Amino acid sequence: MKIISNANLQVKIKSRESPLSRLMRWLFIFIFDLFSGWFIYQAFQSGYSQLAGVVAAVFILVNIVLIFSQAYPYRWMVIGLSFMILFAIYPMLFTIYVAFTNYGDGHLLSKDQALEEIQKDTYLPNTGKAYQWTAYKSPDNVYVLWLVDADGNTYIAKVGTALLPTKPGDPGVGQADSNGIPEAIEGFTRLNPILAASDKNLPQIKFGQEGQTVQVRSPSEAAELKPRYAYDANANTLTDQENGDVFYDVNGTYTSRTSGKQIVPGYQAVVGFKNFVDFFQSPALRGPLVQILSWNFIFPILSVASTFSLGLAMALLFNDKDFPLKKVFRTLLLVPYTIPAVITILIWRGMMNPDLGIINHITKSLFNFSPPWTSEPIWAQAAILLVNLWLGYPYFMLITSGALQSISTELYEAAKIDGANSWQTFRNITLPLLLVAVGPLLIASYIYNFNNFGLIYLFINGGPPISGATTQAGHTDILISYVYKLAFASSGRGVQYGLASAISIVVFFIVAALTLLQFRFTNMWEEVSKNA
Amino acid sequence: MPSIKATYERLSTSQKFMRRFALVIKLIVAVIMVIFAIFPVLWIFSASLDPTSQLGSQSLIPRNAGLVNFQKLLNDPLMPFWRWIWNSVKISGITTILSVSITTMAAYAFSRLRFAGRINILKAIMLIQVFPSLLALVAIYLMVQQTGKIVPWLGLETHAGLIMVYLGGSMGINIWLMKGFLDTIPRAIDEAAMIDGATNWQTFTRLLLPLLRPILVVVGILAFIGTYGDFVLARILLSKAENYTLMVGLALFTDNQFAQNWGQFSAGALIGALPVVIVYLLLQDQIAGGLTVGAVKE
Repeated sequence: MKIISNANLQVKIKSRESPLSRLMRWLFIFIFDLFSGWFIYQAFQSGYSQLAGVVAAVFILVNIVLIFSQAYPYRWMVIGLSFMILFAIYPMLFTIYVAFTNYGDGHLLSKDQALEEIQKDTYLPNTGKAYQWTAYKSPDNVYVLWLVDADGNTYIAKVGTALLPTKPGDPGVGQADSNGIPEAIEGFTRLNPILAASDKNLPQIKFGQEGQTVQVRSPSEAAELKPRYAYDANANTLTDQENGDVFYDVNGTYTSRTSGKQIVPGYQAVVGFKNFVDFFQSPALRGPLVQILSWNFIFPILSVASTFSLGLAMALLFNDKDFPLKKVFRTLLLVPYTIPAVITILIWRGMMNPDLGIINHITKSLFNFSPPWTSEPIWAQAAILLVNLWLGYPYFMLITSGALQSISTELYEAAKIDGANSWQTFRNITLPLLLVAVGPLLIASYIYNFNNFGLIYLFINGGPPISGATTQAGHTDILISYVYKLAFASSGRGVQYGLASAISIVVFFIVAALTLLQFRFTNMWEEVSKNA
Repeated sequence: MPSIKATYERLSTSQKFMRRFALVIKLIVAVIMVIFAIFPVLWIFSASLDPTSQLGSQSLIPRNAGLVNFQKLLNDPLMPFWRWIWNSVKISGITTILSVSITTMAAYAFSRLRFAGRINILKAIMLIQVFPSLLALVAIYLMVQQTGKIVPWLGLETHAGLIMVYLGGSMGINIWLMKGFLDTIPRAIDEAAMIDGATNWQTFTRLLLPLLRPILVVVGILAFIGTYGDFVLARILLSKAENYTLMVGLALFTDNQFAQNWGQFSAGALIGALPVVIVYLLLQDQIAGGLTVGAVKE
């Protein structure tokens, strides 16, 4: 179809903007700028500079498009483009960035915040300002100390409040005994020295407030705690005041060169390719990784092969014009495709429960065997493939029955004349032509299943666990479900956003390579250019 | 020596017999497949009516069938089932309306207007699809978390935040589909309108939208069902029971008390799935058409 360009028509249209729509446009720009400007400012203030940056990009885009009339065509898509930048492109870039950092539990803070945290750490010095102490205890096991310093000043020390200079006989404090120590403090009874010295709780308690904390050091002495680490801003090192150990900044974690100890928390820092190197080399990760990767490639192959074969078989079955009740059968066979997958996966999970599920009841009564779907790796994998077959074949039934219609009947007639039997016809005519038509969809289905998180997660959560793996890895885990566990659910080892993002990027490259392959099959690029 | 005619007749009766035989075999296969396809559905249908409500003690034809499970499900104070349905319908509805609007408007520009970067933006949209949003889970989570610290009603636990994330995917493959449909509408129609003095907007709303209505319905329904069935994003961004969508609610509900409350789960699954199944089966031809666009040339 030959199409006349309407570019010259547009020129007229531009000048036709009514006063009302002009007013609306500027009003929108005003409100949008007000809100997004405020948001960008707040994001910067909170230290989310990346977020501020991307919103600023959207801010600029929207303003350019709405102010300049030359950008008129973009006004039709500016909202969509904004959402795309915010929730598709930015997360992509952010994932790439995080993959090169150590972001995760223990490295969630900025450097300043982390140093502030670290410098709250204290220790009990062996020397230094000391107090004589006497302990008092309330009926509900709350302790209070009466402290006397070297100059004879006296204090009451409670947990969580500053040391309170107090003299015997003050309100709430009993009269002094022969040693100048009050007999009682209101609400507390005095512990005799022997009892107090053997009390195991007492030396653990930190009295006073942050900045001046007192702890019991020996039966006779209590001492003020000192900050454990001294920060040297020039050398960027921390020194342990107790034993002189020096901690150097290694990729955001202060680490001792002598003892190898690390200070928690570290800070969020760029660590280069460390996550990728860990991913491929760390012995703890490598074990499960080989297993996960190979299953990640095998699972979609088997899924696509089984769903395509069954779907094609059904399509061929109903390709027969004389088939009775064709419509009814087809509709019933489509049912698995129509139910939201989350629901059907859960139904199958119940039906395949090894102890209680109906499938196992049936196999038990027929073969006296109950397949261990959740505990044996090979059975778990078989279960997943079976469920995915049920979920996936109707799609290929729909697709292939459409494609079968499009194969010219002349070809079949020619084959018949040449004396080909039906298997030969199928093998040499139907299948090759079909594969050409649905090839891209097979690859798309492979890609979909390559990242079929919902199935793996909901059906079995990646289980059964791989023994000996230090992370939560299971025999049915694929990379994306492993990423999810690392990032959101890895109890014990803590969340590891950096490593999870690095794995995401590896997955992306695999998927991108497959997609390029798919583009080779389709003529999508040509179609765009054709209509240029 | 039998005549040629007799041979021919014998052959054709045997062929007829073979055909019948093949048809019987095909019917048997079809019936087996139908059992495979709908057994899980029948099974939860029966479970939802079975008052014993336990996974282990269920039988296909329940004794004392009744609606006990539905009553329990809808009145369980620990499980705000109505709330979940309402959340799902609200989130999917808003997402669908907004994303179909965004998609259709952008597709109009790509189909009817000529501007710099048109082809490149179309290609970029395609390329971005390659990076599944699933892979950016961590980034999306952190982004929504940070946003929520500045604008609480867009943060974690909010439906507005979730809808925004869903809308990030509205400039997706659907643009290509929609542009394809728009390209099939002859341009002479809108050129005539423009010469009569209509603006682009008037041409779009008064002329093209009515023509697009059938396809908008299908795209809208597919978008609705897609959002309705989403589990992963909703699971990550929402963690309080009263905020769950139906899919998250059903999935987490089963996590805890799966075997004991099988009957209630089945009732919930039926209520959640039935509307979608009906819509799909009614529109199966249109949906099949939408699936094969661009891939299968007919």
